[in-house]
Amino acid sequence: MGAERFTRWSRATDRIMTGLLWLSALILLGVLGWFIFAVLKDGLRGLSWQFISGQPHPVTAGGGIGPPLFNTFYVTVLSLVLSLPVGMGAGIYLALYARPGQLTEWLRLGTQALASVPSIVMGLFGMVVFSQAMGLGFSILSGSLALAILNLPLIVNVTEQSLRDLPAAYRDASLALGATQYQTLVRVLLPAALPALVNGIALAAGRAAGETAILVYTAGVSTSRRLFDFNPLAPGGTLAVYLWGIKANPIVPDWREIANRSAAVLLLVVLAINLLLLGPVRLWHRRFSGRGAR
Amino acid sequence: MAGRWHKVQDRLTSILFAASAVLTALAVLVIAGYLARQGFGVFAYVSPGQFFGGLRWSPPGTLGIPVLVAGTLASSLLALALGGGLGVAGAIFLARISPRWMDALLRPAVNLLAGIPSVVYGWIGLTVFVPLFRRLGGGTGFSLGAASVVLGVMILPTVLSLSEDALMAVPHELEDASLALGATRWQTIRGVTIPVAARGISTAFVLALARAVGEATAVQMVIGNTPSWPTGIFSPTDTITGEILTSMGNAPFGSAWSDALFMLAFLLLLLTVGLIVAIRGRGGANIGR
Repeated sequence: MGAERFTRWSRATDRIMTGLLWLSALILLGVLGWFIFAVLKDGLRGLSWQFISGQPHPVTAGGGIGPPLFNTFYVTVLSLVLSLPVGMGAGIYLALYARPGQLTEWLRLGTQALASVPSIVMGLFGMVVFSQAMGLGFSILSGSLALAILNLPLIVNVTEQSLRDLPAAYRDASLALGATQYQTLVRVLLPAALPALVNGIALAAGRAAGETAILVYTAGVSTSRRLFDFNPLAPGGTLAVYLWGIKANPIVPDWREIANRSAAVLLLVVLAINLLLLGPVRLWHRRFSGRGAR
Repeated sequence: MAGRWHKVQDRLTSILFAASAVLTALAVLVIAGYLARQGFGVFAYVSPGQFFGGLRWSPPGTLGIPVLVAGTLASSLLALALGGGLGVAGAIFLARISPRWMDALLRPAVNLLAGIPSVVYGWIGLTVFVPLFRRLGGGTGFSLGAASVVLGVMILPTVLSLSEDALMAVPHELEDASLALGATRWQTIRGVTIPVAARGISTAFVLALARAVGEATAVQMVIGNTPSWPTGIFSPTDTITGEILTSMGNAPFGSAWSDALFMLAFLLLLLTVGLIVAIRGRGGANIGR
């Protein structure tokens, strides 16, 4: 008797808890949908080419986001160019060269510690070192250097993981044929790891494009008065910082509309970076692995 | 095959790779050094007792940080309370219940949540939650509550993906044994899966806490930036990161105020690095946010 009731009770609890876990998954989806809707609802209204490419107005209504948007791409690309060589080098070392031991443990600890440095903290460091000591001022280069360090651990981690995930036979076969470590790396391992690598770099690019706190006091909040100013010492205000700044100092009368649209554009840019870089990866992967339609 | 040049090339590149790894690992020390050098200047103006024990933060003259520490702790812990449970529930769902079609929906959704920039979260907070808290509790709506809700959503992906890793690592034999004894799925999850994964899940919480403590932009946009003690979810307050982000532009470089902000940054660095060291080697610890 008691056992039967216990069983019934157990089954009921099981069903209720399963229902609650389903509910929490639906809440997660709901939150995402709600947030994206909240940004796009007002942000897509009045979005025009003139707004996207136009100059910001200092005090009057009707300004655009051309230079900040350009800086977003510039800073993102430059920071990656700066962090990829060192980050990939370190990841390659940890994956293929490092012997297990105390020294390697210290290297890992240092990398993990660097990964935990908050964006604003890195921003202050960048301000002291790049903007002031090195005399770069609030510039594209200064912001990119700070961002490069912020993204470094992610690049290291992604590189190491993508190499570790490869079958050991790839490496063994190449070495057994008499190739050096370096030849093995460049001709066999890196091409095979490329899809995962590009995936991780896309992640880093998306994060760089959306960063704010680290850039406010390194790249600065202002922008060049020319639209495509490639001078790395030009003021480096990105779209994310522009959105932050226009809320912090709402001077122009239409700041709300501008902020709404900026948030929408920034969200779409960050999502697009992830998608754009993922497309080619799938193609490459299909070709390399020999799977899929010919 | 491997001629003389190839041997030289091999040696050179291996040195370069090692140098990169050392450079990366030492960077955090260099950063800490610069922040400390600038930050310790504050004690030329303010005694450590006043700085760490003073009850008021009213720059440029009065620089007591407990109020900011309280704001940081309150918003981060509240965020963890809000996002932690939902994150673990989502992780359990993904690891043990989710059918394939729901997987295909939920995984990209979590990645998207992780990809939304801080400043966009801040803007959502400003347009959605600040008005909501204004309606519920009066005042301006800029509040500890609004900040915690935004932060809670921001840490969801961290909690969820790390918890899922921990749950996935639970050996199937243990769960099979429980099911074979007649336990229901939920009884198995509660009695076997979660306890075995508990260590990994707690790691997820610690990393999420480190994220929440270090987040500046989104919090600063909705918390009100008034250095008053957080007395309830409707009270505006300030955090360490928020104060740095707000004031760095106003504080003259080298002043007591500016040095105090560098000291705060240094303390924040010690805290987040300390949390990472504390959970090291516990499994489920993933670098890269």
